[in-house]
Amino acid sequence: MKTDSPFREIDPQSEHVPVRFEGQDLTLPLGENLAGALLVAGVMPFRHTPVSGAPRGPFCMMGACFDCLVQIDGMTVQACMLQVTEGLEITMPAARGAADA
Amino acid sequence: MHNADLIVIGAGPAGMSAARRAAELGLSVLILDELPAAGGQIYRNVDRASTTRIDILGKDYTHGRTLTKALHHENITHLKGAVVWQIEDGTRVAFTQNGKAALAVGQRILLATGALERPMPLPGWTLPGVMTAGAAQILLKQSGIACQGAVLVGSGPLLYLIATQMVRAGVPPLALIETQTTSDLTKSMRHLGGALRGWPYLVKGLRMLWELRRAGIPRHVGAKHIAIEGDQAAQAVTFNIGKAAHRIECDAVLLHHGVVPNTQAARSIDIPHRWDDAQNCFVPECDVWGRSAVATAFIAGDGAGIGGAKAAALAGGIAALEIAHDLEGIATSDRDAAARKLRKQLDSERAARPFIDAAYPPYAGAIAPPDETIICRCEEVTAGDIRRFAGLGCLGPNQAKAFGRSGMGPCQGRYCGLSVSQILAASNKASLDDTGYYRIRPPLKPVTLGELATLEEPDMHEAQK
Repeated sequence: MKTDSPFREIDPQSEHVPVRFEGQDLTLPLGENLAGALLVAGVMPFRHTPVSGAPRGPFCMMGACFDCLVQIDGMTVQACMLQVTEGLEITMPAARGAADA
Repeated sequence: MHNADLIVIGAGPAGMSAARRAAELGLSVLILDELPAAGGQIYRNVDRASTTRIDILGKDYTHGRTLTKALHHENITHLKGAVVWQIEDGTRVAFTQNGKAALAVGQRILLATGALERPMPLPGWTLPGVMTAGAAQILLKQSGIACQGAVLVGSGPLLYLIATQMVRAGVPPLALIETQTTSDLTKSMRHLGGALRGWPYLVKGLRMLWELRRAGIPRHVGAKHIAIEGDQAAQAVTFNIGKAAHRIECDAVLLHHGVVPNTQAARSIDIPHRWDDAQNCFVPECDVWGRSAVATAFIAGDGAGIGGAKAAALAGGIAALEIAHDLEGIATSDRDAAARKLRKQLDSERAARPFIDAAYPPYAGAIAPPDETIICRCEEVTAGDIRRFAGLGCLGPNQAKAFGRSGMGPCQGRYCGLSVSQILAASNKASLDDTGYYRIRPPLKPVTLGELATLEEPDMHEAQK
């Protein structure tokens, strides 16, 4: 899921802190927008759709499209509406066919 | 429980300007906004922007600081990261902040919810790496993130603006694939006379085009049959110019063909909307002050019809005058004198709009997309599905939900509603007003049981004691 990212930080400002996405260690800028930080870190896709399993990533970046959904602490949340905090454990929301928790 | 004379939903230009004016007229104002800082999408993160970002984003962006500064007023309470999920009786607003639900009651409510990108369904538009041009701009403003190897697809001033900003950021787009045609330009010319009153916008447009030409960004104008290729992510855009087929490989695709009012909150309280042919979208019905059919609820800014950031700030001020007048904070003559000034400025702000709307209409291929195109991104319902529903007798978007779940996913129709209405209207040869739009119900944004459980109900606590 980690690829060469076309997204670049032009003026890095924040110290980086460790987080994990799908068990993979990443360091992301503290306090910055989570969806943006994951894009720069090369995370793609963010999830697979429950309907067809198609890959998806951020689309609107303003909390309207719900395509950047990730799972944190058992809750499905919009990555574009959150900030990076230290030690975040992020997973993809349960995909199609996954057993209900 | 929060109480205020005026609750403003949205801290963009309309909301900020209304809050300040209302506060100056003695009203207590509560602003509820989803973002961690004031500014809305247009002035997003403007108070924290570094000089590097300001050089890229320009003076029109930093102008937003005059509005964010104006929020520092003793009568204004600004709750950041406050997500509104229900409005009742035109006076009660339920929202979530920091994982806790809360209620606010206002004598008046101003919906300043701004705009959304017009949905631009193309084959492949759901692939990772395809975003709205607005999203790319938000990444730049919020996080100083620029996107390399991107192709911009669509039409309109924002497309040129983000392209020039990408050039300045050192990550120029590979190309602009533009959907407006020379006949659109010809049609727009009849509005040029009026547009000259809004000449600063025309000068800005020409300057952006010149900047793109100097940077050597290829522009493919009059593109048709646009599709995005890719398996796990966007890899290329294909399109036709006349009879010539083109294909551009890329790492990202940024879509834009205009913005439309974000009407979710207004529709949730049954404010009537009508179709606007010039703007190609539904707009809420409001009087000259922004007052809706719900007497205590006002709408200002792009949420009431697209006019841009400066027009939004002026409209916010006008609504605040009438709200203050309602609550006896300003005399009728003073209200009218102040409104006259604002309306004069608003007229010149809006002067270029008919020209821009005609010169950069929505992309016809995304208004009537090929059958295989996904329309409802959440439930993966295609244009062909919607047309099939129409063939089975589906007359409107709400029936389309029952036919095939379109609009029933987490985005609640925000990025398919217009498309579904337009495809059904075309298939049924019906007007957009007769076809209608999704019925929007609360919660407007997801709210968890845990958050609901934190709602303070003073009476119940008393009862438990």
